[in-house]
Amino acid sequence: MVTGSLKILLGGEGGQGVQSVAAVVAEAAYAEGNEVLYIPNFGVEQRGGVSIAFLQISDQPIAAPKFRYADVVVALSQRAVARTEQYVGLRTVFLHDSAVGGVEDLLAGRAARIIAIPALETCRRESDPKVFNMVIMGALLGQTDAVSLEGAKAAVRGKMGARFAKQPELRELNEWAIDRGMALVAARQ
Amino acid sequence: MEPVMPKCWRGESKPHKFCPGCGHGLVLKALGEAIDETGAMGRMVFGCDIGCSLLAWDLFNLDSVQTHHGRVIPVITGFKRANPQAIGIAYMGDGGGYSIGAQHLVSAAIRNERITVVLVNNTQYGMTGGQMAPTTLPGQKTETTPYGRDPLTTGAPLKGPEMVAAIAAPGAYVARGTMANPRRLRNMLGSALRNQMQEAGFSFVEVLSACPTNWRTGPTETWRFVEEIMTEYYPVGEIKVPLEQEV
Amino acid sequence: MAERPVPEEKRVFMTGNEVVAYAALAAGAEIMYGYPITPQNEIMHYWTRLAPRFGRGFLQTEDEISAGFATLGGVLAGRRAFTGTSGPGHILMQEPMAMAEMMRLPMVAVIQQRGGPSTGTVIYSQQEVTMTVSGGNGEGLRIVYSTARHQELYDYTIKAFNTAWRYRFPTFVLGDGYQAKMREILTIYPPGERGIEMVAGEPYLVGPGEPGTDRPPVHLRNTYNVEEELNATVMELIRAYQAAAPEIAEYQESGTGDAEVVVCSHGVVSRVVEEAVRELRGRGWKVGWFRPVTLRPLAESGLKAVAARAGRLLVVESAHGQFARLLKEVLYGSPAVLETMFKPGQGFTVEEIVARVKEVARGGRS
Repeated sequence: MVTGSLKILLGGEGGQGVQSVAAVVAEAAYAEGNEVLYIPNFGVEQRGGVSIAFLQISDQPIAAPKFRYADVVVALSQRAVARTEQYVGLRTVFLHDSAVGGVEDLLAGRAARIIAIPALETCRRESDPKVFNMVIMGALLGQTDAVSLEGAKAAVRGKMGARFAKQPELRELNEWAIDRGMALVAARQ
Repeated sequence: MEPVMPKCWRGESKPHKFCPGCGHGLVLKALGEAIDETGAMGRMVFGCDIGCSLLAWDLFNLDSVQTHHGRVIPVITGFKRANPQAIGIAYMGDGGGYSIGAQHLVSAAIRNERITVVLVNNTQYGMTGGQMAPTTLPGQKTETTPYGRDPLTTGAPLKGPEMVAAIAAPGAYVARGTMANPRRLRNMLGSALRNQMQEAGFSFVEVLSACPTNWRTGPTETWRFVEEIMTEYYPVGEIKVPLEQEV
Repeated sequence: MAERPVPEEKRVFMTGNEVVAYAALAAGAEIMYGYPITPQNEIMHYWTRLAPRFGRGFLQTEDEISAGFATLGGVLAGRRAFTGTSGPGHILMQEPMAMAEMMRLPMVAVIQQRGGPSTGTVIYSQQEVTMTVSGGNGEGLRIVYSTARHQELYDYTIKAFNTAWRYRFPTFVLGDGYQAKMREILTIYPPGERGIEMVAGEPYLVGPGEPGTDRPPVHLRNTYNVEEELNATVMELIRAYQAAAPEIAEYQESGTGDAEVVVCSHGVVSRVVEEAVRELRGRGWKVGWFRPVTLRPLAESGLKAVAARAGRLLVVESAHGQFARLLKEVLYGSPAVLETMFKPGQGFTVEEIVARVKEVARGGRS
């Protein structure tokens, strides 16, 4: 369980899997006994728009569905940086994929920390880009005490159970990605 | 001698509220006879659209409801879906069925709703004072086509039953009757109700009718318009018969 | 049915649309009529997956006009029938809702507000307040519950069916896109285990007996010939509504006893307001909050009492004064100063409400 409250904002291109990450972390946080409020936010496009997820995990009931400043912002694309920038405060940790440029210049002095991780590149080089969002989730877990690694993996299994049963290698791939994301962010500490 | 009235007609509702010479009375008499034949009045729900059809609301010893213009089909559809034992009759005019509520007619036909729609075609909007309807004939004068309907700017008159037959499911019954042949009309309406009661599918009967008030016609001219001019454009007969019950 | 949709009390983590579907099932709703529009779609998605297992019906209609009128058809058949809609679809549905008012048909509709006017956004707003409480060509003879959290969405969706059938006025659960889409924790339960007895539906038409033989036929009228006839009918409706209103009206308040500023809000905004007021109270500010649960009928005496005690009211809403207008109507003649914080189509954060309340408490204006 978390102590106090944790406000997480995830942003990415539609189809990058931002909402899946938020849903998995939300589910895991709920299972671990926290108060959780998760609200997806997107426009009318089914694909191709910027998709945002507001996720709050707390030891107290949560009031507002949205918040002014996030404790952690995760931005997966250039457009997502522009969309999430307004939620960055002096205590915000801003996590982004290394492929997204210009973040240091944009947020210099406005965030507590800016962490770039080569999630996409690592996936391409070592594995498969389709688990990009799981690498990102691993990095998020490494950066926060939102949920335990085991809790997150269990939530992924809960969500993907049927597909994992058919393709056991898919489960391995996902769990590798989560671990890899954690390692990437640990290397940046 | 008193004319013989359908048993399901309500004595207290006489005289009915339609204008002298209006076709609704003849149509409703034929419908009443068809209802009598079913012997299932306790299961019937009679919905009327807005327009002159609404004046039929208390004509029968049947449970009835007045709706809005074009909306009797969804009300009766909703009723029937919630109580499949009911026999639903949606009674409406050409404006309600072919214009403002056309989407409901089309969709009910496509979904093969187990309801019976009786649509009175008198070539114009009666209750609102004689404006052009989808059924107004080329050249016909109405309040909104004072120089005669011009198909170039207002389109051609809609052949409703032909449209419904083209989209309806195999179990549907579709016919066009006329007030000028009440016996045949009664048989068509009977077939339509039986089609519903046997759960074969949607049933739809358009009835050619008269509106001498808005047409501004005398008796002879009125009947000539229905029997000759309307019938020429709108052929009377069964258009889709799933149960092989030729009448 | 052997199986019950909500067999026992259970803590769950779900979206608001899922909550509505479970609540309707638990309430014994028998049929839903609907048409797709964001953000209420998942009510239908969950309902269509769950309903057949419990012998409940569903019809996807050709549009919202049809969904509303078909719901009235279901109600006329005596079933607990409901629908859900939003935004432009809600506009179309005003037509059947007007008929429900006139004929006192207990339709239940869940409105998940989206941004407007027009197609606006699919996300969120509180801009469908005016339309929900008084849309249509009538007198607003409707009952409207504005929920703030998933627990209430569950509680009041169940209650809406009972209120509708008990008082026979169209009844609305007014949610919004946030509540529709967000996931949070709540407890679902079978109503009976909480002592909630569901009011049975009753057929208006095609009830027992042969019309004309065993009983007179039922002729439901909706069109009147002369002004006097209509007036008499409408006045009778209004008297019935007014008589029921005090039993129906609900509100919540906190800290209003000594508050110099009372923040008024409804729906999801009120949870943000509650948090802002709690924070300010903690820092010694004399502030409180007032929140009508029913927007129609409004808890008039509760509001008047609060206004009489507090010097200032601050109305916070995600619309440009639609909720404030409801309050002003009740407060006409009250010396309380009415300050506003309007953000049409946008949500609030605790921080910005805190800042605005401080400003109002210091006597400043925006």
